[in-house]
Amino acid sequence: MLKQTEGSRAVAEAVALCRPDVICAYPISPQTHIVEGLGEMVKNGAVAPCEFINVESEFAAMSVAIGSSAAGARTYTATASQGLLFMAEAVYNASGLGLPIVMTIANRAIGAPINIWNDHSDSMSQRDSGWLQLFAENNQEALDLHIQAFRLAEELSMPVMVCMDGFILTHAYERVDIPDQADVDAFLPPYEPRQVLDPADPVSIGAMVGPEAFMEVRYLAHAKQISALARIPQIAAEFAERFGRNSGGLVRGYRCEDAETIVVALGSVIGTLKETIDSLRESGVRIGVLGIQSYRPFPLAAVRAALQGARRVVVLEKSFCVGLGGVVSTDVRLALSGLQLHGYTVVAGLGGRAITKTSLERMLREAIADKLEPLTFLDLDWRIVNRQLEREAQMRRSGPIAENLLRDVGPIAAKVA
Amino acid sequence: MLQIRIHGRGGQGVVTAAEMLSIAAFEQGRHAQAFPSFGSERTGAPVVAFCRIDDQEIRMREPILSPDALIIQDPTLLHQVDVFQGLRDDGYVLINSKRSFDELGLADITQRLKHERLLTVPATEIALKHLGRPLPNAVLLGGFAALSGLITLDAVAHAIHAKFSGKVATDNVAAAAEAYEVVRRQLEALAHAETD
Repeated sequence: MLKQTEGSRAVAEAVALCRPDVICAYPISPQTHIVEGLGEMVKNGAVAPCEFINVESEFAAMSVAIGSSAAGARTYTATASQGLLFMAEAVYNASGLGLPIVMTIANRAIGAPINIWNDHSDSMSQRDSGWLQLFAENNQEALDLHIQAFRLAEELSMPVMVCMDGFILTHAYERVDIPDQADVDAFLPPYEPRQVLDPADPVSIGAMVGPEAFMEVRYLAHAKQISALARIPQIAAEFAERFGRNSGGLVRGYRCEDAETIVVALGSVIGTLKETIDSLRESGVRIGVLGIQSYRPFPLAAVRAALQGARRVVVLEKSFCVGLGGVVSTDVRLALSGLQLHGYTVVAGLGGRAITKTSLERMLREAIADKLEPLTFLDLDWRIVNRQLEREAQMRRSGPIAENLLRDVGPIAAKVA
Repeated sequence: MLQIRIHGRGGQGVVTAAEMLSIAAFEQGRHAQAFPSFGSERTGAPVVAFCRIDDQEIRMREPILSPDALIIQDPTLLHQVDVFQGLRDDGYVLINSKRSFDELGLADITQRLKHERLLTVPATEIALKHLGRPLPNAVLLGGFAALSGLITLDAVAHAIHAKFSGKVATDNVAAAAEAYEVVRRQLEALAHAETD
């Protein structure tokens, strides 16, 4: 059914359609509306039987999720930012134990400085945790990916994060098609665990593993993720057949066929990039965008196949590895090993900095002229950066950086964006 | 694509106004996207929300920098926030105020823009009358429907019912209808003055 609703609400309804047995919730912006919506649905009986558990922290949320999943319950939780960091130890345990939990990450920056706005630092910090990570371009895809995520997680017996841009998607009202329960039931069979804590057939889960088998357990997790590279497109195709729309998959190109320049990106910024690509195409520039929907497992072959005909690749990412540069770019470069092409990393939108079409177009024109720096920070305010550097050169007690920069920026209330 | 920016203060339902506007547009079969400016919400702090309306899927995710229409829920923002930033020359402006543009000190705006697209409506007073509370958001949507013709009053009423229930909804619908009528009469008077 078509509906105009908030992204968080759409995700809550998608999760409800997946008939979760246990939902653990601890509030943190910008994820809170999702579990609030689910809490309402459990309370009014729309989702039943389901246990909605308010826990005391994110660490507890993932710990409860591990317990319930091990007991054979279809389990869901959601978090963001510092919340994900706080549960990190349990995040690794969930994947190490092979428990098919689905978790929404409402992507948000990580402090300090404290910042509630969107970027991808939180889920990128867990990219090596063993969880699969799927990224949504819009709210329809966010909704659809949750249904696919439970299917994928339970088939593989591996946990999946569905990443959606905090605020930009979670708080946006847009048109979504909410599937019928019967279709979701047909697409997503009841959870059949590979391992389960059952008093009638007792096993123990979570053994200590020494040097004799640890590497093998790790390798098996990798082998599962690699097998997901084949399953993700198949599940997306089955989804398209049943629900009539394309969502998910490994990668998705837009106007890449004859493109000399291809921009690689994750998440909602792909929308603004498509608008930018259309404008540049109108002026005769051969350019396209490649969206990565599956970040873990990383589809090396699909990325290589999509990019190998281009002369130039610009990775635009909302994540940043201090001391190196791009995070996504590092993976994209691995996919391009041995190919001769110009590569650029553009870090954009950190801490919620708006990524505008005007700035994207200006940056891409520089890239096309091969005048872009290998590592570029989109719309960086060099004025305040240089003032701070000067301050630090002039005096030892230059003071806290964040506070200094805020003073240099001045009042922002007068600015619209 | 139509781009509408709504300015107000925390507690005035700015974000809800943009959401209702998007629901009204959806009700009329259009694609719409509403989103807030994502500040840390505090009562009384300046808040901005955005709404895009189009006949095709809306892919753009940047804030609205060149709006086709502005709704100002709180006139005290006029001299604090650059609310007119990027407003198109053929843009619509609806301000919640008992006073006229000239009385609000906005003569430069009336000179630059089409004066029949610039109106004020006493939305707080209308809200107090119908709701007993100074919540101008739904009221202004009624006024905006009359000013712009971009959405119908029926669609606004539908949107109000989608977000609120019971008496709150019906009171807001009545308040929106009154604002619609106030604006419609102002427009008639303007048209009349021009033919004279």
